[in-house]
Amino acid sequence: MLSFIFQRLLQSVFVMLAVSLIAFSLFRFVGDPVAQMVGQETSIEDQENLRERLGLNDSLVTQYARFVGNLTRGEFGYSYRTRQPVSEMIISRLPATLELGFVSLIISLLVGIPAGIYTALKTGFLSNALLVATLVGISIPTFVIGIFLIYVFGVELGWLPTFGRGDTVQIGWWQSSLLSWDGLKSMLLPAVTLGIYQLTLTMRLVRAEMQDVLKTDYIKFATARGINYRSLYVNHAFRNTLVPVITIVGLQLGGIIAFSIVTESVFQWPGMGLLFLDSIRYVDIPVMSVYLVLIAVMFVSINLLVDLLYFFIDPRVRLKSAKG
Amino acid sequence: MKLLDINKLTVKFPTRFGEFKALDNVSLDVNAGEIHGLVGESGAGKSTVGAAVIGLLQSPGYVAGGKIHFMGENLCELDADAYHRLRGSRISMIFQDPQTSLNPLLTISAQLVETIRQHSDLSHSEALEQAIGLLKETGLHNVEQRIDDYPHQFSGGMRQRVVIALALCTDPELIIADEPTTALDVSVQKQILELIRTLCTTRNIGIILITHDIGVINEITDRVTVLRNGRVIESGPTAKVLGHPEDEYTHALMMAVPRLDKRLDRFKNIVAEDNFDESDNQWQVEGASAALASDWLLAERKVDQSVAASAHVSRSPILEVNDLDVTFYSGQPRWFGKRAGFKALSDINLEVRTGEVLGIVGESGSGKSTLAKAIVGLVDPSAGSMLFRGKALPEGSKRDRHHAVRRQIQMVFQDPFSSLNNRLTVERIIAEPIRFYGLSGDKKEIRKLVASVLDLVEMPQRAMLKYPHQFSGGQRQRIAVARALVARPEFLICDEPTSALDVSIQAQMLNLLKDLQQAFGLSILFISHNLAVIRQMADRVVVLKEGRLIETAETEAFFNSPTDEYSQMLLRETPSLSLVKV
Repeated sequence: MLSFIFQRLLQSVFVMLAVSLIAFSLFRFVGDPVAQMVGQETSIEDQENLRERLGLNDSLVTQYARFVGNLTRGEFGYSYRTRQPVSEMIISRLPATLELGFVSLIISLLVGIPAGIYTALKTGFLSNALLVATLVGISIPTFVIGIFLIYVFGVELGWLPTFGRGDTVQIGWWQSSLLSWDGLKSMLLPAVTLGIYQLTLTMRLVRAEMQDVLKTDYIKFATARGINYRSLYVNHAFRNTLVPVITIVGLQLGGIIAFSIVTESVFQWPGMGLLFLDSIRYVDIPVMSVYLVLIAVMFVSINLLVDLLYFFIDPRVRLKSAKG
Repeated sequence: MKLLDINKLTVKFPTRFGEFKALDNVSLDVNAGEIHGLVGESGAGKSTVGAAVIGLLQSPGYVAGGKIHFMGENLCELDADAYHRLRGSRISMIFQDPQTSLNPLLTISAQLVETIRQHSDLSHSEALEQAIGLLKETGLHNVEQRIDDYPHQFSGGMRQRVVIALALCTDPELIIADEPTTALDVSVQKQILELIRTLCTTRNIGIILITHDIGVINEITDRVTVLRNGRVIESGPTAKVLGHPEDEYTHALMMAVPRLDKRLDRFKNIVAEDNFDESDNQWQVEGASAALASDWLLAERKVDQSVAASAHVSRSPILEVNDLDVTFYSGQPRWFGKRAGFKALSDINLEVRTGEVLGIVGESGSGKSTLAKAIVGLVDPSAGSMLFRGKALPEGSKRDRHHAVRRQIQMVFQDPFSSLNNRLTVERIIAEPIRFYGLSGDKKEIRKLVASVLDLVEMPQRAMLKYPHQFSGGQRQRIAVARALVARPEFLICDEPTSALDVSIQAQMLNLLKDLQQAFGLSILFISHNLAVIRQMADRVVVLKEGRLIETAETEAFFNSPTDEYSQMLLRETPSLSLVKV
């Protein structure tokens, strides 16, 4: 297993290098960085000085090496727009996005898995209603759902706040909205909006996998042995659907976190997505490239986590790797 | 009182085209301590009987009439919960394939303990103790060390023992064994059958044994019921039904089973499976006939027929295999040291003489199919050489696409359901070799040839217009043979060509292969795990075991007195047809 993790980490290093190369070329080739930084009345000499100071006259390889070196040391440079260090900006925004992604994942799993199992086992009105409702849910664009939810729960009923994070609690550098009632209330609408796609996907996947597993001989044999239905469906059948379900859920989670832009802007959620949107608007390249690298880190680590989960779920994977 | 009394049971499956009667007035009974065999070909409804008794008919099937009395209680009247409590505790089941009937994610102890505790008040440790006792009773070795292993860590035979322990662990009164040994090798089959017999006697359990294998019926059942198309054909003590069948179908079925103790020139006929109607049989391509096909197939060889004739006498080898090794490498190469490899074949030396049928026999994992693949070029040997008609046969990856042997060697695969492309019409499937090898460029002639070859393999010519899924397994296998024949091969490899077929269809197929072999003087490498089939088909026999060649002998000599211990064991363990009279 250790060799497996080592192998995967090595692969990750290559993935990260590739992504950082793209981030770097973004930095270097999308417009002239100096022209972005300085005002119109800066003299040519001053610009040259700045260019020299920033090392933009060095060879490309040196610049790339320096870029990667800075990244690994956590020096992400300064935002063109706000003149703040990028790391500070990211840190102030990251918790909001991670919490939002995490809560929407929980919602989608808590609803999606039982609904998937239910629709696999039963046919009837409720089953069909669930299937149709979730299909409608993903056919409508996220922002429409968001606006709809705001209209119903925020405007008409007035139960839930419609923008921002509400009250937050500071734990070290992490600003959390999970620990206050107001924060949780603020989170509900955006999290549901963001999670609805994932929910539908999880439900349909669990349903399809369950239907397959229920046809297998070992389920028939367990039924013929009179194992009670609860254990039969959860312990025997559902566990056997986990490998594909986790794979897809993991990939989707990366996507949710990375591309929560639309939801964040609908709900004015002060997270990474909003930050990214602003950065694009002002061509704030340092922020964009760091964002790019960060998202890659997220994808790579989620995938690693998913692969590790296989070990715990499937003894065939576990024992094979112990042997070889 | 009978343990189980099935009275006029009718099971129906609603379909789009009206209701399909899977069982029609089936009556049979089972006593405690008795093994009752259910035998029949596919579609006979054998498994449906088992499913109906345990109340697990596949939806939308339902019991439309009749009664199932289990110890005096009518099972058809039980509600769903009561029925489910009965399952496992009083009626158990053993499934066909031990590879798939255990949950791969749970240890065998977890599965046993859960089942035991489901039906009793035992504590976890008591249940575990009982599980260990049961596994020992079923003959599993090192039970204490292995009880926390997962199913995939056991071999097929061992898994089937675990399955049997699972079926027994709640002390049921009736066990339904659905093809319990079909997926196992003969040596293991014998042990499992003996185990079932012992358990039946010592525990006084009634057993319904469902199988398509007359040999298994012969071996261990006390009474037998023959089913066909959902109806009972004949029922009675095994010796009587097998030895003196009253019904014509039963008789024909017995005759269609290949015998281990005697070679027949042809199987006597046999239950026809024709589901072709008049229009199928009348439709013809102009000028097409079986005679045309056989002339065409022989045309090339007529030129050197004198040579062929003399070759037939001299029995010069058409294929020689020298010191052949095949090694499979699993996964990626290791970082250090040598790649871990599995030797599927080592030091194989054999020859196939011109015009003979060489039978290759062996249990699963013996390398039979690997040998076939190495010869046709689907896997590369890691050492050794092959000669075809005296010339070196290049290994698969180095064999040129237009190398002559690609046409001269053809193959018929085991599974006719996956060896034909379902998206092509039969005409295109059979025409493909003709086009590919450039045997004819004329569209009209190709069409005529396809029709003729179909005629030759005893299929209506109209079959060429249809798609493979419209045919049964036996008919598909004929199409596969036709496809191999039109390439005008000299050497045919048949890899378990009848293993997926019912006995009556198998008999037709074997007859057909024999006829074709004689008519065209084909040299055939005939692979089978079934010794009886080999005896009917082969001139000489090669025995493989774990990738090594054990014995080569003339067929009659081999079956009368095999020299190697392993061959003797194989012959001894194969279920005999002692009760069936010729």
